[in-house]
Amino acid sequence: MPAVYDLANRGLLPPGFSLIGFARRDWENEDFAQIVHDAVKEHARTPFREEVWQQLVQGCRFVQGDFDDDEAFETLKTTIHELDAAQGTGGNFAFYLSVPPKWFPKVVQQLKKHGLADQKEGSWRRAVIEKPFGHDLASAQELNRIVHEVFPTEEVFRIDHYLGKETVQNILALRFANTLFEPIWNRSYVDHVQITMAEDIGIGGRAGYYDGIGAARDVIQNHLLQLLALTAMEEPASFDADALVAEKTKVLGAVRLPKDLGKETVRGQYAHGWQGGEEVVGYLEEDGIDPNSKTDTYAAIKLEIDNRRWAGVPFYLRTGKRLGRRVTEIAVVFQRAPHSPFDHTATEELGQNALVIRVQPDEGVTMRFGSKVPGTQMEVRDVSMDFAYGESFTESSPEAYERLILDVLLGDANLFPRLKEVELSWQILDPIEEYWDKNGKPASYPAGTWGPVEADEMLARDGRSWRRP
Amino acid sequence: MKMDLTDTTSSKINNALVQGRRAIGTPAVGMVLTLVIVTDEEHAYDALKAANDASREHPSRKLVVIKRVSRSPRDRAKARLDAEVRVGTSAGTGETVVLRLYGDVIDHAQSVVLPLLLPDAPVVVWWPVGSPVDPHEDPLGALGQRRVTDAYAAEDPVKELSARSAHYTPGDTDLAWARITPWRSMLAAALDQQHADVVSAEVEGEGYNPSAELLALWLADRLGVPVRRTVSDGPGLTAVRLETKAGPVVLGRPDGSLATLSMPGQPDRAVALQRRETAELLAEELRRLDPDDIYQSALKYGVDRLNHAPAAKAPATEAAPAPADAEAPAAEAPGSEEKAAPAASAAPAKKAGGGKKAAGK
Repeated sequence: MPAVYDLANRGLLPPGFSLIGFARRDWENEDFAQIVHDAVKEHARTPFREEVWQQLVQGCRFVQGDFDDDEAFETLKTTIHELDAAQGTGGNFAFYLSVPPKWFPKVVQQLKKHGLADQKEGSWRRAVIEKPFGHDLASAQELNRIVHEVFPTEEVFRIDHYLGKETVQNILALRFANTLFEPIWNRSYVDHVQITMAEDIGIGGRAGYYDGIGAARDVIQNHLLQLLALTAMEEPASFDADALVAEKTKVLGAVRLPKDLGKETVRGQYAHGWQGGEEVVGYLEEDGIDPNSKTDTYAAIKLEIDNRRWAGVPFYLRTGKRLGRRVTEIAVVFQRAPHSPFDHTATEELGQNALVIRVQPDEGVTMRFGSKVPGTQMEVRDVSMDFAYGESFTESSPEAYERLILDVLLGDANLFPRLKEVELSWQILDPIEEYWDKNGKPASYPAGTWGPVEADEMLARDGRSWRRP
Repeated sequence: MKMDLTDTTSSKINNALVQGRRAIGTPAVGMVLTLVIVTDEEHAYDALKAANDASREHPSRKLVVIKRVSRSPRDRAKARLDAEVRVGTSAGTGETVVLRLYGDVIDHAQSVVLPLLLPDAPVVVWWPVGSPVDPHEDPLGALGQRRVTDAYAAEDPVKELSARSAHYTPGDTDLAWARITPWRSMLAAALDQQHADVVSAEVEGEGYNPSAELLALWLADRLGVPVRRTVSDGPGLTAVRLETKAGPVVLGRPDGSLATLSMPGQPDRAVALQRRETAELLAEELRRLDPDDIYQSALKYGVDRLNHAPAAKAPATEAAPAPADAEAPAAEAPGSEEKAAPAASAAPAKKAGGGKKAAGK
């Protein structure tokens, strides 16, 4: 909701934009408007302006009903037609399906049954889906089948809000608009790549959803593999959705799992500890969690990409809850200089060069390289050069959801994962999940640290270490 | 720009840092290290001031960890974290966060500090006072690749040195060691000109000054000769005498600022050896972040091996017995000469060439 308001505030929504809520709650239009109002006031990024709100509120409606209630869907239909006439929406609707997975097929079928999803000449019907896109390959395929029965491929938008982040889009700009990086973006210069998404929070109130799903399904399958695809893919022929998808599927298809899943993957569960100055409980002590749960709250995996550009370059992916701090980043770590004319003591503290794309919280790019320490002696040490986005461009960059909602309205599918990508990423993750199901249990790590020691050992075996993000 | 956060968490502090950076409008930030200062309230001001001055040379994020004393059981039961975030001109170069810990958080200070460390950059932990017995095992010390203590601030500095030696882990260092860098470089240079073998040495300085012990240890370790530590009224170190076969090499600094170097066959020369500020010491310490092997070697020599021979005589008379002492080792010399000689000539060469902190000052 706040994202919608922010779009309106920046003048990016068409006049007559309308919003219909559909839920079981017994609300009137006014109640719904009030909820939206409160959410906007609290969370919107741009200042609250009454006239903008008035524009929005005119198109606010609420329809009460159960998902299996035919009557309610008829009401929804009439409401939509009313709005069409009153607000001039031109018969274009997007259905934002934020519904529990088990209701999903039902809702989609209801939309079809009542003719809400029928594509008509000169207008569009779009479906917006939020994650999870299934919980394994089979369920994802089933889900896709259901949706695509009703909505054609190009009208389905899977929201992965990470892809709406400015920096994620900037990966493409950085790689393909510059000459500086692309020549070294390959196995001849890159030693390895680390993709990290860390959260400092626990599972909070999501126990019901999270238990049994775990970090790998929740994050690696969608966010991290998408980031990997964008980092590793070849240059697309053009910057349109089809060309991007072609390259992303190519690289995801080339991903190879490690031979020994026991050694090259690590999962963990946070235990009681201190996080940022607060005492926090362990995962198994959280409300609503089975004390014998084997769900992973931390997952680290090593992947390789079998193509000419990346053969032999490991991609380490890790994600977790209750880690040191909230951060998402892609670190491309380069090889050491093949020869150093400096003596050993001069370069003792010199690490490997790195290019870090910071996705959140302070979006930007960091370059890490060696520099001489000022003074009379020759001493080379790592320094980093930060480039921060929000600060460098005066216009506040749009928040991810804003960007994505706008793209849905415009029908621009660049930033949305397609069916094939979703299925490919499940294909990558499924064997790992199966292995974990059958073998062992998650390693434990104290809350507020950077994950289990097993993960450190996993990299140490390759002679590398996780960077501290 | 200064922001006060009361009853806060590390993630809120991180947000404030990002906000502050945006507010001051400097998009590119280049900080080379995180300096964690662990101190109590009364030393915090001086320590931070020194760190700010040092940050002109090493732009850094400074995290001042102040463990507050809770005087009542009620206070102790309550955990709280307050923070003061300073960015821009009020923070030297870089960013400063002053963290005040109350109650239980004190025992989990590392959980507060860990999320605030700069990505990848080296971490230096500095205890201006009250350093732990084993800095490497300390939860905060474990975060750093370099741990700076200050034996000077300890109740019994000499005992402190023994403890440092017992628990030494590569990456440990002490400001008392940094204080003698100019002395070491001057003495090494003097021995480069004077090729005669050193047979014994004496370090004279005020009592309770661990720098004097460290200098003596260094000489003993590098030259392989007996070294005496004698006590004077100060200020600080007052003299170092190296007895060589050609005559004494003496570096004397009676007033704490201007020293005189006298060597056999050469006129006396004046040497500026100003006692230095903490900021300067810290800046020097931060210039190198790899383990200081020479410090390790000197420290490990063992402070109790130092005064043995002269301890019996030294307190009674002062400079007088020096020649007598010089003879004693000289008599032993034939046995140990083989060992001592290469050590004596190798040491200065290494110091001058290897430049371990020697060249700068």
